[in-house]
Amino acid sequence: MKIHEYQAKQILARHGVAVLQGHVVTTAEEAATAAEKLGGPVVVVKSQVHAGGRGKGRFLGDVSDADIQAVLAGAEEVPGKGGVRVVKGAAAAAEAAGDMLGKTLVTKQTGAEGSKVNTVYIEAGCDIARELYLGVLLDRDVGKVVVMASVEGGTEIEEVAEHNPELILKVHADPITGLGAWQARELAFGLGLTGAAYKSAVKFILKLYTAFMAEDCAMAEINPMVVTGAGEVVALDCKMSFDENAMYRHKANLEMRDFDEEEPSEIEAGKYDLSFVKLDGNIGCMVNGAGLAMATMDIIKFYGSEPANFLDVGGGATEEKVTAAFKIITADPAVEGIFVNIFGGIMKCDVIAAGCLAAVKEVGLTVPLVVRLAGTNVEEGKKLLNDSDLAVISADSMADGAQKIVNAVNAAKGA
Amino acid sequence: MSILVNSDTRLLCQGITGSAGSYHCTQMMAYGTNLVAGVTPGKGGQVFNSKVPIFNSVKEAVKETGANASVIFVPPPFAADAILEAIDAGIELVIPITEGIPVRDMIAVKAYLDASGARMIGPNCPGIITPGQCKIGIMPGHIHTPGRIGVVSRSGTLTYEAVGQLTALGLGQSSCIGIGGDPIIGTRHIDAMKLFNDDPDTDIVVMIGEIGGSAEEEAAAWAKDNMNKPVVGFIAGATAPPGRRMGHAGAIISGGSGTAEAKYAAMEEAGFHLSRSPAEMGKTVQGLL
Repeated sequence: MKIHEYQAKQILARHGVAVLQGHVVTTAEEAATAAEKLGGPVVVVKSQVHAGGRGKGRFLGDVSDADIQAVLAGAEEVPGKGGVRVVKGAAAAAEAAGDMLGKTLVTKQTGAEGSKVNTVYIEAGCDIARELYLGVLLDRDVGKVVVMASVEGGTEIEEVAEHNPELILKVHADPITGLGAWQARELAFGLGLTGAAYKSAVKFILKLYTAFMAEDCAMAEINPMVVTGAGEVVALDCKMSFDENAMYRHKANLEMRDFDEEEPSEIEAGKYDLSFVKLDGNIGCMVNGAGLAMATMDIIKFYGSEPANFLDVGGGATEEKVTAAFKIITADPAVEGIFVNIFGGIMKCDVIAAGCLAAVKEVGLTVPLVVRLAGTNVEEGKKLLNDSDLAVISADSMADGAQKIVNAVNAAKGA
Repeated sequence: MSILVNSDTRLLCQGITGSAGSYHCTQMMAYGTNLVAGVTPGKGGQVFNSKVPIFNSVKEAVKETGANASVIFVPPPFAADAILEAIDAGIELVIPITEGIPVRDMIAVKAYLDASGARMIGPNCPGIITPGQCKIGIMPGHIHTPGRIGVVSRSGTLTYEAVGQLTALGLGQSSCIGIGGDPIIGTRHIDAMKLFNDDPDTDIVVMIGEIGGSAEEEAAAWAKDNMNKPVVGFIAGATAPPGRRMGHAGAIISGGSGTAEAKYAAMEEAGFHLSRSPAEMGKTVQGLL
């Protein structure tokens, strides 16, 4: 689960990680008040959306379509104003915030649809001497938490990894003893820090690791982590996400979920415990099991079409879940056909067939539907489908089903 | 022969009185698995299905029944503790089926596991089956048939799909192992490949992977120099967009790594016989005979 920068910084502050002072605002007036409270020569006005690349992002309606395309392509120089601005004084802060609020920001990471800005964070300015990178995440290959640091602050770490991997320093936290102070020192020295900045960095690294573990984070990335002119190390930006399996022990963090940042169909699917990801194709899929669901997407592509979604109905799908899944799939106007691919294990094919028929009766069906059943109670399931008067196309195998749905959709288009 | 489990395996189940545990234990017993004990703290002394004694602790169950494998159906908040208890009691093969265990818990479990002599399959997995002898997990037993093809996969139903294709072609399986879809798992692809390579009764291995992580690349790199049996490979998720978790906690392309393309390339490099379509896994095996 992703959260906003201002929420991540609240968590960091609670764990003693150095952040700058800031205030969350939802109106231009509040932005002016916040800037006054912060004082200082400049304040930074920051759009709060989950995606990164906000500074280089541009707002829909502000710039041309070509410029938006340039943003998506990762261009360095695009005309117009970005989603993060350094301004002088309360009036300028109000103007910048007012300009951002309610608009849709497109960054390299949001996709063409962008993200609507509902909140803005007004943060104190900062005298930057150096920009560094610090990230904490799971290293799957060794099953340990890895802390990564780099002198290439402000650049996406993936880019550094691709072009200058030697500039990324890594230490792994021991699962029993945790991250050692000696490891934090290794990173701080590795970044070339000395004196006050070195001491400040060691403390920063250890506290960030503590926060990561205590909050069951999936990722905590400080990019950039800056060294100020006075030698203080502070988090200028923070991207944080949580391990969804651990949310049950962090009720307060669960409150930070921003539904506006999520696809409505995915929120709806979540209510029924369906694992759903919206995609851009025209063939909706309903499958049991994540691996088979991915494979089903792949085989649709293999036969020349594109999947409209990933959908795993899970091991114990009920008629209610199947109906909900149908509603979500058919609500997508891009869907021109549906492929149900079930390999019954715990789930019995006759139950899923009955569920499909009930769902079709309730929801109605305006596009071709192919159902492939295999495994437990497959004959009973097929009989139910064949005996019904609904226009359900039955398939014998995964390949047969994929070909049938692709052909049916193409035929419907041609007709 | 087979890998890891056979008719001599003495299985216990942690969480045997829960709904998933009791349902699947009944299915496993019907398949012929030698289920010798159940563990539910506080329900020691009861008997499951008029046959299997229930104990309060794994240690007690092992002492009384000589159990050497444990299948775990304990809910996520308590699953890590159940795994640790099984390892501590000297269980050789621990198979947590549970989906949704927090990563932080699994980091600690893995460290404990690595320091012990135990092996873990999963978590978030369908389990392992040696057809005709022993089924441990949630897979439908009837689709399997004894034979000489080994199957390893992260996923449940995709493994069933592969097995279904093999069985339909008259190709039986030596053992089928679902290693789980989580980022931290006990037995990885490479470990399963080593086991199949050493198993005299496995002739061909089907290795099924999916996007995310680099376990498939690791296994392929090992196989390139060490595997002396043909391998058929398929990777699920070629059409998955980057940055999105595809159901399994571990199935996510992050920072450009973990793509299906990279995994196929590694398998090709290792001389695997690729099945680019999930419908061709069985036929690709048949073509090698």
